[in-house]
Amino acid sequence: MTVPATKKDFMIVNMGPHHPSMHGVLRLIVTLDGEDVIDCEPILGYLHRGMEKIAENRTIIQYLPYVTRWDYLATMFTEAITVNAPEQLENVQVPKRASYIRVIMLELSRIASHLLWLGPFMADIGAQTPFFYIFRERELIYDLFEAATGMRMMHNYFRIGGVAADLPYGWIDKCLDFCDYFLTGIVEYQKLITRNPIFLERVEGVGIIGGEEAINWGLSGPMLRASGIQWDLRKIDNYECYNEFDWEVQWQKEGDSLARYLVRIGEMRESIKIIQQALEGIPGGPYENLEVRRFDRAKNSEWNDFEYRFISKKPSPNFELSKQELYVRVEAPKGELGIYLIGDNSVFPWRWKIRPPGFINLQILPQLVKRMKLADIMTILGSIDIIMGEVDR
Amino acid sequence: MNLIEFPSVDKTITNLVISTTLNDLSNWSRLSSLWPLLYGTNCCFIEFALLIGSRFEFDHYGLVPRSSPRQADLILIADTITMKMAPSLVRLYKQMSEPKYVIAMGAFAITGGMFSTNSYSTVCGVDKLSLIDVYLPSYPT
Repeated sequence: MTVPATKKDFMIVNMGPHHPSMHGVLRLIVTLDGEDVIDCEPILGYLHRGMEKIAENRTIIQYLPYVTRWDYLATMFTEAITVNAPEQLENVQVPKRASYIRVIMLELSRIASHLLWLGPFMADIGAQTPFFYIFRERELIYDLFEAATGMRMMHNYFRIGGVAADLPYGWIDKCLDFCDYFLTGIVEYQKLITRNPIFLERVEGVGIIGGEEAINWGLSGPMLRASGIQWDLRKIDNYECYNEFDWEVQWQKEGDSLARYLVRIGEMRESIKIIQQALEGIPGGPYENLEVRRFDRAKNSEWNDFEYRFISKKPSPNFELSKQELYVRVEAPKGELGIYLIGDNSVFPWRWKIRPPGFINLQILPQLVKRMKLADIMTILGSIDIIMGEVDR
Repeated sequence: MNLIEFPSVDKTITNLVISTTLNDLSNWSRLSSLWPLLYGTNCCFIEFALLIGSRFEFDHYGLVPRSSPRQADLILIADTITMKMAPSLVRLYKQMSEPKYVIAMGAFAITGGMFSTNSYSTVCGVDKLSLIDVYLPSYPT
């Protein structure tokens, strides 16, 4: 459907890399006819740091601090996939307790990510209050993370074969308290936002994606589930121990921004359910597969000889990746996060290809804004839920 | 930008060092009421936004985040700056009106941090781009 042009030449507006919303450094060049959008061209690359090239020169343990800078709102997922890739390559088993701890951390990270999606989304629409509410809840999650991992956001917690350290004493009770508190928080958001007529006017019917279209564009995550397709990698791949918990896939049929909002709110509620079940059922046992530490080393290396005893610090054993290739994926809050890893019989990977959900989901933006008003661009961009750290890598 | 010779610290030390109490420093920052520019590229921007939140609210110091560089006094460069973003940052800095202050927060902004090796597009240190008033080392998050 073409928009009839009222003037001969259109206005080209640059929504530059620095803008008041908190999506990051995304530059949009928008062609306007009055208030209607004719075309929109996103320009990326303002945060490209060369993550994939850096990965070719780092061992997995050295690379873990870098991965949290891809999607810095849901940092546990990036770490999870960085250790899942070598684990599946070398067939390393993860102990049960470590798997439960990982699931708890991943679901807390999912809640944190959806919360920080909600704040700027509402701020773009014009409501400033939910911004403060989400930071209040996110601070509580940060406290939990800081107690368990030592850092508020960039944890460096996952290791090959488990997690770095066990949960401190009393953490489980604090986490259960948080779950109870958070359920009242979600009720508050429902009362404030979901039936608000101004909010509904702005998001209902905006940015509709059909089911077929969503599959064709390669979308994943809440964008796919809001268009009627019940595809959740936690149910399909059954990684970690998600099949031991009782939860449902959240999905909606309409495919507009309101549907995406409802899917994410529902996912937060399901995450709390999973966390509560995991906390109550967490087994004892080891938190890391310490066998993995005894890596295959050359048995009679000359550097371990008698003459070299006091020369210098011996290099620490490292995890060697064999010469195979593999694709692993997790259900990140933004979509399907994947790593395609090609090992090379050395400690450094040969190729570390990142499949970021935000990058793939952002492709649909020019098509979605074509018939909309200028003010709808921010609604649609917000509902796609991108984060420039992973879009640009 | 960076001086080659070391600054002589014998005579001018009294101008560089102020001793005060935390209460006085807090009151001074309240009356100064700097307005920071809402600027961020990467993860450390979330920490900056957290300052607006309820736990560390910086509104009671008089800091209101402004989006336009014309209305801002302070730019808090907290993240990795890449070579593509650098001209935008310099343009923002030039558009800010005097008096203006720059804080480089975090290892990524001061020296490039862990991206200083093997990264082909990171600017290793924001002091290559503009004059910095305060360097805050370590990492915000």
